[in-house]
Amino acid sequence: MKAFTYERAKDPVAAARAVAGRSGAKFIAGGTNLLDLMKIEVETPTHLVDVQDLGFDKIEATKDGGLRIGALVTNTDLAADERVRRDYAVLTRAIVAGASGQLRNKASTAGNLLQRTRCSYFYDTNMACNKRKPGSGCAAIGGYSRQLGIIGVSDQCIATFPGDMAVAMRVLDAVIETIDAEGQRRSIPIADFHRLWGDKPEQDTVLKPGELITAVTLPRPLGGKHFYEKVRDRASYAYALVSVAAVIQDDGTGRVAFGGVAPRPWRVEEAEALLPKGAAAVTARAFQGATPTKDNAFKLPLATRALASVLAEAKG
Amino acid sequence: MGSAATAAAAGTAPLVAQGTSPSPAPINLPVKMKVNGKPRELKLDPRTTLLDALREHLQLTGTKKGCDHGQCGACTVIVNGKRINSCLSLAVMHEGDEVTTIEGLGTPDKLHPMQAAFIKHDGYQCGYCTPGQICSAVAVLDEIKRGVPSHAQADLTAAPGATGEEMRERMSGNICRCGAYSNIAEAMADVAGASA
Amino acid sequence: MKFDTPAGANPIDTMTVVGRPHTRIDGPLKVTGLAPYAYEHHKEVESPAYGYVVGSAIAKGRITNLDTSAAKAAPGVIAVVTAEDAGKLGKGNFNTVKLLGGPEVDHYHQAIAIVVAETFEQARAAAGLLKVDYARAKGRFDLTEGLKTAKLAGGGDSGNEAKEDRVGDFEKAFGEAPVKIDVEYTTPDHSHAMMEPFASMAVWEGDSVKVWTSNQMIAWGHGDLAKTLGMPKEKVRLMSPYVGGGFGGKLFLRTDAVMAALGARAAKRPVKVALARPMMANNATHRPATHQRIRIGATKDGTITAIAHESGSGDQPGGSPEIAAAQTKLLYAGSNRLIAMRLAELDLPEGNAMRAPGEAPGMMALEAAMDEMAEKLGMDPVAFRIKNDTQVDPAKPDRKFSQRQLVRCLETGAEKFGWSKRQAKPGSVRDGKWLVGMGVASAFRNHMNMTSGARVRLGSDGIVTVETDMTDIGTGSYTIIAQTAGEMLGVPAEQVVVKLGDSSFPVSAGSGGQFGAANATAGVYAACVKLREAVAQRLGYNSADVTFKEGKVTSGNRSASLKDAGRGGELVGEDKIEFAGLDKAYQISTFGAHFVEVGVDSYTGVVRVRRMLAVCAAGRIINPVSARSQVIGAMTMGVGSTLMEELAVDKRFGMFVNHDLASYEVPVHADIPHQDVIFLDEADDKANPMKAKGIGELGLCGVGGAVANAIYNATGVRVRDYPITLEKHLEKLPEVA
Repeated sequence: MKAFTYERAKDPVAAARAVAGRSGAKFIAGGTNLLDLMKIEVETPTHLVDVQDLGFDKIEATKDGGLRIGALVTNTDLAADERVRRDYAVLTRAIVAGASGQLRNKASTAGNLLQRTRCSYFYDTNMACNKRKPGSGCAAIGGYSRQLGIIGVSDQCIATFPGDMAVAMRVLDAVIETIDAEGQRRSIPIADFHRLWGDKPEQDTVLKPGELITAVTLPRPLGGKHFYEKVRDRASYAYALVSVAAVIQDDGTGRVAFGGVAPRPWRVEEAEALLPKGAAAVTARAFQGATPTKDNAFKLPLATRALASVLAEAKG
Repeated sequence: MGSAATAAAAGTAPLVAQGTSPSPAPINLPVKMKVNGKPRELKLDPRTTLLDALREHLQLTGTKKGCDHGQCGACTVIVNGKRINSCLSLAVMHEGDEVTTIEGLGTPDKLHPMQAAFIKHDGYQCGYCTPGQICSAVAVLDEIKRGVPSHAQADLTAAPGATGEEMRERMSGNICRCGAYSNIAEAMADVAGASA
Repeated sequence: MKFDTPAGANPIDTMTVVGRPHTRIDGPLKVTGLAPYAYEHHKEVESPAYGYVVGSAIAKGRITNLDTSAAKAAPGVIAVVTAEDAGKLGKGNFNTVKLLGGPEVDHYHQAIAIVVAETFEQARAAAGLLKVDYARAKGRFDLTEGLKTAKLAGGGDSGNEAKEDRVGDFEKAFGEAPVKIDVEYTTPDHSHAMMEPFASMAVWEGDSVKVWTSNQMIAWGHGDLAKTLGMPKEKVRLMSPYVGGGFGGKLFLRTDAVMAALGARAAKRPVKVALARPMMANNATHRPATHQRIRIGATKDGTITAIAHESGSGDQPGGSPEIAAAQTKLLYAGSNRLIAMRLAELDLPEGNAMRAPGEAPGMMALEAAMDEMAEKLGMDPVAFRIKNDTQVDPAKPDRKFSQRQLVRCLETGAEKFGWSKRQAKPGSVRDGKWLVGMGVASAFRNHMNMTSGARVRLGSDGIVTVETDMTDIGTGSYTIIAQTAGEMLGVPAEQVVVKLGDSSFPVSAGSGGQFGAANATAGVYAACVKLREAVAQRLGYNSADVTFKEGKVTSGNRSASLKDAGRGGELVGEDKIEFAGLDKAYQISTFGAHFVEVGVDSYTGVVRVRRMLAVCAAGRIINPVSARSQVIGAMTMGVGSTLMEELAVDKRFGMFVNHDLASYEVPVHADIPHQDVIFLDEADDKANPMKAKGIGELGLCGVGGAVANAIYNATGVRVRDYPITLEKHLEKLPEVA
């Protein structure tokens, strides 16, 4: 871990300014992903701005019947919120399917959206990785890629976004609220938040330097039945091979997004429209143009079968 | 603390791990926390994790370093009533916090009921993951009592119970390579007054 | 004490302390965090410097330049040691590959330097400043490729003799068999993944060094550290009072101990080192992958007439094969037999022993193949195994097993598990979305005799203290040694002080190969016999008829308290158990049966274990509490190796890709249901005076096969390529969408 200087920010604009103003500065909240990566020098910030005192730790009702989740609300607190459990169960389900109790107690809502890929080659600084070191190549391509992406990836990077919470948020059409060093606020629909790698895999999201997430808002509840089916080798404490977040209405329509397959939660609205026709129809459209490797081609049938499981359960 | 920032090396952060630029000299920062009920004051390299602060600076080595990356749970401690991985937390971020480690739960002469239950049910073998398991187990029973939801729950709006399935799911962030899981579940059930 | 005739009646038979369930005497320290592991000796060493080990970035080739200047100039750095300035180093007898690389590099993450600094944070940061240039050489990383030209490496035993092991005429019998199978199984490389990383703290005192480390075999590590450093053994002391798991990974001297010693010498300060977790899988040893071919031929009534087991594995030059075919020499009857191993030279990290080396992967294949054969014969798999039981070594029919209750294990297990409810037709039981199946496998592993010594003291205060270099790696050694000495001297185990893991103590069997418990306690038994004689002598009793019971020493109608015997000054008994002959005359093995029920998600193919039972016959069980734990732990590891564990090889770069605990998945709580274990009541008088045998590895032998067979019974899809991850049967499961 490289040496860094540390400050504990007292207000959001000052925090944003502290990061925007110097190259190599980063925010730290829960730290569960950043410190992991700093220890192996995948992340090498020279200055850390601790945002834990900024007060973004509440979940409030919005005027239009939704919820506004503070950026610093922990995964545990978000999953446990009674309104979330009742009205946005897919979100609670997704969160409690991720990581461990200890990690969820520390991990923040914003940090979870920003977590970086778990590609083993990204984690090994001896290996070429365009995401870690732009232009160095991608050792994962042609390597061990069972966990990696099958769609939305590029010839520069085949990593996935590894999270669960964001997959549920994608189904719920969450909006990410930010503030920047000038005090400007903006709202980013979660659909636009995570980038496809293209030729810039080093950029995970559309955030500008120093732009600070302050909250995530959820629109009014969707009703319907909520599911988060996470498929993994071991029964807990593992990243998804494939996950399915779904909200299914009584008439068989609904919304669905997939995790563990792409650089971002993978939701294709046109595919979703095919839900009444069954899982195979949905995934055929959702994964049109997929480019799996030999190691991870199974994710295609797996996605179909995991969705079929959800639809069967929805039918009860 | 703000003035410390000016001492940092200027320039961009290298993207490659094995760079050659020397690190800036560490400037130790003060932090005060309560550990096992005792106020402690430390001056620490900001890179020091809560885990290393406990193990190396306070010499409380009951909290274990298994992986140092949040992948095993051996470093689990209870901070302000909630269990966390102390390896993935900077000590300086714990100003004013109350930390409970395995040493704070009980001593050989005055065991915590969970510690006694681990002995009774042989909920350990090599002992290295044990303090983390016990801290987690104590916190898990509290989480169940507080109604924190888990992946094992069929009905999210209902209160979770101290069932074997619940405890196994909630304890899954604590790896025991010796494989004492079945006995740990028995120990927890004993303390919870349930069956595993 | 020489053990060369079957044990007669002895004080252990009383079983007032031995054989009784006893909680661990080290338990209170372990559950309160006070048991000190290698990195934690703050009491003994006030302010050690911190070492950080740097691993090679390439698997094969040369370091062309290693620039340490930036690291040396970094804040807090005291010393940097590389092969260039380490001085001449030897290689340990038990190491295949040297523990400090450079300029030649033998494998990925081989240690190439240690950076020593005032703090851990400084050492780790400075380690990142080493500038290393490499010239990559072509390496051999593909086992399949390597086995095409691999040499024969023996018939299943030590691998020293390069010939097949043959009984009868296998080819002829197999050719003529009316029912036969010819199947190939593969198992991947496995990582020990013990929870305590490799860790050591070294302290120099003049030209002597003492090292706290985490090591299973003190005498091996002691000798090899001395050899590596080029020092006389007397100048080296190794201590390992607590070991946070080993599973074979800590059988040998590893780089942490060497680098701590080198770092401390250079820094002129005590230095402690723990390997970073992401470096462990490639730096340390692993269980080598295997390619196995099994052929079984039988008559229509299920009598095996021909059985062949061939296994290929790879290792570094000078290494040895994974002896995955070994059990097939002894487990089942059959007049015609072929056992062979092949070994490919690879430049992957060093392969070596991991819990139940040989049998663990070997029985994953053999016991699944037996299931395939039973199905082909239309026989129940339990009945098929019973039918082919043998009470003699099939290669030497006049050589009997000292004790063999495999059949009773299978029958007892079948009854307790509810085996009769199993549907022979696969894929025919459903529980909602779950396909449910049951599987069985035999468990088998040889018991090994090892010389083992101990010293037992009766203090003038009446306290009994045992000293031996035996280790407790979670196995329960502290407790069973206390029970043994307690039984021999007539005091409760709580009143025995046990001191372990120090090279200044008598050399014991050490912990490995499931030889630890039985041999180490037999060594303590021998020392206690000596001490009993000394006590009798001091009391003026005839040692032949003395009994030690409830703190009293009695001879005829004379009696004294044990405490009184110590009053005249400390009495010491020291001896070792040595073996001769009986293991030649008899085959001494341990047996068991595993029963497993699994559910397979009919949609996703995910496998979850629902029930597990092991029935074990392993001689006298010294402590049913810790023995049971050994078995459930082994069963858990077996679930891991069947369902998830695989070190993924990148054949381009010659390294295990998933080298941390997030990407190398081992079972978690949620993977493991309640586990049942039954011990048959046994005492093997051919094994040792304790009449006990090993148990720690038996519990792992066969579990994988039982899980695999349960999966097959659930799905009807036979996967022969471990681990059985969902993609290997997914598309053969019933249509769902």
